[in-house]
Amino acid sequence: MNMIEAINSAMDVMLARDDKVVVMGEDVGFFGGVFRATAGLQKKHGKTRVFDTPINECGIIGVAVGMGAYGLRPVPEIQFADYIYPGLDQLVSEAARLRYRSANDFICPMTVRTPFGGGIFGGQTHSQSPESIMTHICGVKTVIPSNPYDAKGLLIAAIEDNDPVVFLEPKRIYNGPFSGYYDRPVEPWSKHAASVVPEDYYRIELGKAATIREGEAVTVLVYGTMVHVAKTIIDELAIDAEIIDLRTLVPLDIEAIETSVKKTGRCLIIHEATRTSGFGAELAALVQERCFYHLEAPVERVTGFDTPYPHSLEWAYFPGPVRIATALNKILKD
Amino acid sequence: MSNAPVLRPNRLPLRLHIPEPVARPGEAAHFGNLALAEAGAVARPDIDTVEADVRHLPYTLIRVLDDDGHAVGPWAPGLDAEQLIAGLAAMLRTRIFDDRLFRAHRQGKTSFYMKCTGEEAIAVAQSMALGRNDMCFPTYRMLGWLMARDYPLDALVNQIFSNAADPLAGRQLPILYSARDYGFYSLSGNLGSRFGHAVGWAMASAYRGDEGIALGMVGDGTTAEGDFHEALTFAAVYRAPVILCVTNNQWAISSFTGIAGAETATFAAKALAYGIPGLRVDGNDFLAVWAATQWAAERARANLGSTLIEFVTYRVAGHSTSDDPTQYRPKDEADHWPLGDPVDRLKAHLIAIGVWDEERHAALTKQLDDEVKAAVKAAEAVGTLGASKPPVGEMFECVFKDADWRIDEQRTELGL
Repeated sequence: MNMIEAINSAMDVMLARDDKVVVMGEDVGFFGGVFRATAGLQKKHGKTRVFDTPINECGIIGVAVGMGAYGLRPVPEIQFADYIYPGLDQLVSEAARLRYRSANDFICPMTVRTPFGGGIFGGQTHSQSPESIMTHICGVKTVIPSNPYDAKGLLIAAIEDNDPVVFLEPKRIYNGPFSGYYDRPVEPWSKHAASVVPEDYYRIELGKAATIREGEAVTVLVYGTMVHVAKTIIDELAIDAEIIDLRTLVPLDIEAIETSVKKTGRCLIIHEATRTSGFGAELAALVQERCFYHLEAPVERVTGFDTPYPHSLEWAYFPGPVRIATALNKILKD
Repeated sequence: MSNAPVLRPNRLPLRLHIPEPVARPGEAAHFGNLALAEAGAVARPDIDTVEADVRHLPYTLIRVLDDDGHAVGPWAPGLDAEQLIAGLAAMLRTRIFDDRLFRAHRQGKTSFYMKCTGEEAIAVAQSMALGRNDMCFPTYRMLGWLMARDYPLDALVNQIFSNAADPLAGRQLPILYSARDYGFYSLSGNLGSRFGHAVGWAMASAYRGDEGIALGMVGDGTTAEGDFHEALTFAAVYRAPVILCVTNNQWAISSFTGIAGAETATFAAKALAYGIPGLRVDGNDFLAVWAATQWAAERARANLGSTLIEFVTYRVAGHSTSDDPTQYRPKDEADHWPLGDPVDRLKAHLIAIGVWDEERHAALTKQLDDEVKAAVKAAEAVGTLGASKPPVGEMFECVFKDADWRIDEQRTELGL
C-alpha cells in the first residue's frame, strides 16, 4: 500500500469494526477525497457513515465535537492543514478542554485528519506545517506518520483514543518517500519495506518513537517527510547517525530521545515548519534540560525559515539535503 | 484633455453608519420600535408546514398570555395546573437563587456571578417541555433549566464557591456548570462555540436512530459569531433534529441589538435564508415559550429538521457582577419593557384560572427562600472561595483520559 491506501484502509477497518465511527469532510463522500484518502468508503459503508460537509472548517470540527460528546467517534477531515485555522477555536476552546472543564462529564474522542507539509509547490496555503500550534494546546494529541505501515497503525490508535487527536499527514510522501532531491525521480512506496501493510486491524501505540537507523555519532530527531530526507543524506554521507522518527509529538517519547542523546552526545532537530517557536524549540529545550551533561555540541535545528511558505522559491525554503549536511558537519566538527 | 477624475458635485458623500440605541443614560427609555403582536393573534401552523409558508412568522410575535392573564389563541399549550405551578416554582427558585448568590459575590464569597433576571421563563419552560433524553447546549444565563429539573442546589453553590465539594473540581469559573444527567451540556466562556455541538449531537442521535433531540442557545450578541452561521448551515443541510434558539434580551454587555445586526431585521428572520422555519416568541410568556419549543421539538422528532426560535426578552440585571448597566442605558429601562415580568405574568395566569393566590405564592416564596438559604449554608460549611479548595492534584486530572509523562512530572514538581 502507499500512504493514501494505508490511511484509507485504517478508516475502512475502523468503519467496519465500530459503528460509532463516522468520516466527514469536504469532498470526502461520493468523490472519495481530493487525495483519494476516503475513496470507496461511502459506497462500502453508506452515506450516513461517510459524508460530504459544507465548506466550513469551524463547522466541521464543531459538529464533530458534538458527535463525539454524544458517543460517536468522528473522523473529520480538513482538506489542507493550512485551512485548519477557522476550526482552531473549536480545537483550543472546546475539543481540548471538554473533558477537563466538565470533569469527565463529556469527552471528545475525535480524530482530525489533515494533509500538511510542503515540497509539492503548494505555495503559501497548501504547504504549511502547523504542528507546533497543535502541540501547544493542552488536551490535544498530535500524530505525524512517515510511512504507510505507521500511518495505518497510528490512525487506528488515534481513532480508538478517547481524547482528541490531530493526525497530520505529510502529503509529499502520500505516494512515495521523498529523498529531498527534488530533481530526482520519486520512488514509489512499493520499493519500501513499510509499504507492506496488513489488510486487517492492528495498531501502533501513540507516544512511541521509531528508531529508523541506529548510530553512535549524533541523534537526529525528525518526523513526517523529513524522516526520509534525513535518511537519504545520512546514508550518502555515511554518517553514523541515530535517526529517531518521533511519530507522535504529543504524547512525546521522551525516553527514546533521552536514551539516544545521552548515547551520542549530539543532537540535530529537523522540521519543515518555521523555526521560531516551532516544535524544534520544545525538543531542543527538553534535550538541553535532560541531557546537558552528555552534550558535546550545541543542539542544532534545520527548519523552514521564518517566512511564509514561498511558491517558486520552494527549494530554497525547504530544509533539504544541503542544509542538513551542513548542520551535521557543524555538529560533528569537534 | 486633463486626466483628472470628473467631480460629481450632486452625489452625496458616503457616510459610515454606527447604530445607536433609542436611549442612553439620562434619556427617556422606550421600546416604541419593538414589533409586538396581540396575544393569540398568530396562527399556529401544522408542524409539517413547509418553510415557504411560514415566512411571516419571524416578523410577528407569538404570545399566549394576554394582559388579563388569560391563555388565548392557537398556541396555548393546554398545560395542567400542576405543570404551571411547577414552572412558576422553578422560575421563582431561579430568581431567589440569583439574588442570593449575587449577594454572596458582593460579600466576597465567590469571584463572579451572572443573573438571568427577567429571562427565567425561557430556560424553565424549555427544560420542562423537552424530555430527559434531550440535550440542552445552554448559555450562561440558563440556570432555570437545572432548576426545573431539580438539580441539587448545594452542588450549584459548591461550584460557585469552587470549594472542595465543587463537582467540577475548581477548574471552572462560577456558573459554568456541566450536568450531563440533567441534559445540560458543559458550559464554556467562549460565546457560541457550542452552537455547532448541538447540531452535531442532534446529527449523532439521528445517525443512531435514537429519540433524543438537541437544543442550542445563544444570546442576541452571539448571533454575530461565525458559529451561528455554521450551526444553521449544518442544521439545515442535514435536517438535524435540533432547536436553535436566540435569547434576544436587547443587550450584549453594553451593546444593543443594532450592533449585532438587528436594527432592521429580526434574529428569527435569519432563519429564512437557511430554509428553516423561524419563530419570534414572547420570551416573558411561559406558555408561549413552552408552545414554541414544543412545536419545534415535534418537528425535529418527526424528522422534519431544525427550527430557529428568537425569544424576545429583556436583561433586567447587569451583564455580570463586573458590569454596571447604568453606564450605558437608562436606569429605569426595565420598567418600560412592554412584555412585563415572566414570573408576574405566570402568577397572574394561575390566579386568573383560579388555582393560585397571594397567600400560596408567599408560602412558596418563603419555602424556596429557605431551600436556597439552606443550600448556601451547606456550601458555606464546606467553604467559600479560597477558604476551601479541591485537592491541588485535581488540576492535573482530566486533561487527557490518562496523563502523560509531562503531566506526571509537573505534578511531582508541585510535590504531589
